[in-house]
Amino acid sequence: MALTRRKFINLLTVGSTACLTLLTPLTSFAAWASDAFNATKIEDAYQNLFGSTELIESDAVVLKVPKIAENGGAVPVSVKTDMKNVESISVFVKDNPQPLTASFTLPKGTIADVSTRIKLAQTSTVTAVVKADGKLYSKSQEVKVTIGGCGG
Amino acid sequence: MNRREFNRLLTAGAVAGILPSTNIAFAHTGPNYDIPQKGNARLLHITDCHAQLMPIYFREPNVNMGLNEAFGRTPHVVGEAFLKKNALSPHSMEAHAFTYLNFNAAAREYGKVGGFAHLNTLVKSLRETAGGKDNCLLLDGGDTWQGSATAYWTRGKDMVQAANLLGVDVMTGHWEFTYQDDEVLSNVDEFDGEFLAQNIKLTEDALFEGKHAHDEDTGHVFKPYTLRELNGHKVAIIGQAFPYTPVANPQRFIPDWTFGIRNQDLQELVDNIKENDKPDAIILLSHNGMDVDLKLASVVTGIDFILGGHTHDGVPIPVTIKNSGGQTVVTNAGSNGKFVGVLDLQLEKGKVKGYDYRLLPVFSNFIKADPEMAALIDTIRKPHIETLNEPLATTESLLYRRGNFNGTFDQLICDALRHELNAEISLSPGFRWGTTVLPGQAITFEHVMDQTCITYPETYARDMLGSEIKAILEDVADNLFHPDPFYQQGGDMVRVGGMNYICDPIAAAGNRITQMTLDSGKSIDANKTYKVAGWATVGSKAPGKPIWDVVASYLRNQKHVNITQVNSPKLLNVNNNPGIVL
Repeated sequence: MALTRRKFINLLTVGSTACLTLLTPLTSFAAWASDAFNATKIEDAYQNLFGSTELIESDAVVLKVPKIAENGGAVPVSVKTDMKNVESISVFVKDNPQPLTASFTLPKGTIADVSTRIKLAQTSTVTAVVKADGKLYSKSQEVKVTIGGCGG
Repeated sequence: MNRREFNRLLTAGAVAGILPSTNIAFAHTGPNYDIPQKGNARLLHITDCHAQLMPIYFREPNVNMGLNEAFGRTPHVVGEAFLKKNALSPHSMEAHAFTYLNFNAAAREYGKVGGFAHLNTLVKSLRETAGGKDNCLLLDGGDTWQGSATAYWTRGKDMVQAANLLGVDVMTGHWEFTYQDDEVLSNVDEFDGEFLAQNIKLTEDALFEGKHAHDEDTGHVFKPYTLRELNGHKVAIIGQAFPYTPVANPQRFIPDWTFGIRNQDLQELVDNIKENDKPDAIILLSHNGMDVDLKLASVVTGIDFILGGHTHDGVPIPVTIKNSGGQTVVTNAGSNGKFVGVLDLQLEKGKVKGYDYRLLPVFSNFIKADPEMAALIDTIRKPHIETLNEPLATTESLLYRRGNFNGTFDQLICDALRHELNAEISLSPGFRWGTTVLPGQAITFEHVMDQTCITYPETYARDMLGSEIKAILEDVADNLFHPDPFYQQGGDMVRVGGMNYICDPIAAAGNRITQMTLDSGKSIDANKTYKVAGWATVGSKAPGKPIWDVVASYLRNQKHVNITQVNSPKLLNVNNNPGIVL
C-alpha cells in the first residue's frame, strides 16, 4: 500500500501526544525573542532579533507568497534556500502592527524550507530573512489585500 | 467551404436586400476561411466564449488604456490606432471585427458573429485542412460554462455538451469555478477533453481532510499539463486557470481550492517537462489576461507559446517576448465566440522551427451552420425559448458593455438599480462579457441574462459612507491600473450610476479617485451616508432579488430606452493615450 502524504499526516496526528514535549522549547524561544516580536517598526524588529538591520537582498532566498491574498487572515507563505549554514528563517510584514510574524531556528544540517500562514492587516510588503554564516539575506514581495470582486 | 462559396453567399444576401445601404463604403469581399496548413501541426484556440451558443453582436472597446510600460502596447490600442498598429484596412470586415469603429453600420452590414453551430463548421474545416485530429488540437482557454441564461440554468452542462460536440481537446477555466465545487468536478467528468490547471491546489486543510485531488503529493486539484502527439511530434500543454478566482469571484463556492499565478511553480514544471518528457513544443493555455501573460513570458523561460484569454483582447498579431531562455510568443483570442486562433507549427526534434498565426473573426452570415450542433443548441434552448425571447423594451441607443468605464448597457443596469431599489447611487461590476444590442432592436430577456447571469446575482441596497464608496472605487481602480500586471485582476472599472468622479489612473493606489459628486453636482461627503444599490457581492450573499429581475422589471415599465447620460469619470493624465477615444 502506498503511503500518501495525507495518510502519513493522519498517522502523525494519532501520535501527536508524543509531540507535545517537542513544543516546549518554542515557548521559551518566544519569551527570549519578545522584544523582536513586540517591536512595532520593522527596523526595530530586525535590530531586536538579529542585532543588526543590514540585509543583503538575494535571489537565493526563495519566497513564495501570493501577490493578492485570497484571505488576508491566513496568507500561506513559504521560504526556502540552498544556502549553506542556515541558522534561522524569519518572516516580517512591514505594515502589520507588529512586523515580526514568524521566526524559525534551524538546527545544523536541517533543510532550509519552511512554510506557515501569516495574517495581513492590510496591503504590505512581506520580507523573508535568512540568517546564514552570520549574515542576513532577504527577499521581499508586496502582498495586496483587496475588497475583491469585478474580475472578468 | 471555400472563399468562392462565401462570396456566393454574400452576393445572394445582397440580392435579397439583407445588406442595407450606408454612407460608408464597406468592403464587399467575404472573409477567407480557406486557410491551408503551414508547417506540420495545427493548434486551434478559442477562449472566453461566455456560453454564447447563438451568433451575437459584440462591440470592441473604445477605452482600453495601457499605462506605464503598457502605454500604446498591444492590446492597449483602440480604433484607428488599432488599425494602424495591426495593418488593417478601414471599413473592412477585420476592422469591424477588431474595433468599435462605425459599429452600428458595420454590424448591420456584416451581421452577427460567433455561434457554436457556425464555429463548429469552421473548426471542422480548419481541422480537415490540417489533416484531421492527428495533426490538430482544439484548445479552449475557459469562461465557457458561464455567460448565458441556458448555461446558468443548466449549471454549465449545456456548454459541456456543446464543447464535447465541438471536439475541445484541452481546456482551463475561470468562471467555471463560480459553480459549486462538486458541480465543477461533475462537469469536468462529463467533459470529453482534459481540464488542466497547474495553478489550482487544495488548501492544506482540504488536503488533510482528503478532498478530491488530481495528485495528493503535489496538491494539484486538476491535472497540471498533458502531453499530446501531433503528426509524430510531442507537444506539452500546460493549463493556467485565472489566478485570482477566489479574489475576484466568491470563494464560498470553492472553499478548498487555492489559486495564484504561481510563476515559480510554473518554471519548475516547465523545467521538469523539458528534462523528463523532452517535448518539441511547450504551450501554456492561459486565462491570466494579456498583460499578465506578457510579464509571465518575460520571467518564465522555456514556454514557446502562451495562448491567452481573460482580458477579451482580439489580438491579430501576437507579441514576441524575449527572455533569458529564448523567446515566448503571446496571443489573446478575444471573446464571445467571435474569434478562432489558428496556430500552425513547424515542429522539429526538440524545437519549434517556425510558426504562422491568424486570429480569424467568425462572421456567422458567411459560414453554414453545422446541422448537428444547431440541433443540439435547439434542444438546449427549446424549454426556455419563450422566456428568452420575451421583448422587454426597445432601444434607441446602442447597448454594450466592453470598455474600461461605463458602457451604455452598464448605465442601463445602474439606472435600473437606482430606480427599482430607490437608491441615490448604484454600483455594477466591470465584467468584460455581455453581448451588444443594436439601436432599434428589442431588448429581450436573453440580452439581460447575457449581461447579468452569474451564480451570485443577488442585489442589495444599503447605506454607505462616502469614504466607503471611495474605498471601493480605489480598490477596483488598483486592480485595473496597478503598474505591475501581476497585481491586476483583469476586468474593468466598477460601473457607477447617479454619481461622477475624476480618475487619475497613473496616481498611486488610494489617490486615483477625486471629486466624487452626485448627479446633481453636489459633492459626496466622506462622512455622510448614501443609499447605494448594487449586485454581485463577492464576500457573502446579498439579500435582494437577482439583478436580471430588477433590470427586466425596469425595462418592462420603461418600454423604451434611450441612454443619454453615461456616468463615466473624467480622466486625468491620459493625453495621447492610443488606448482611448472619447
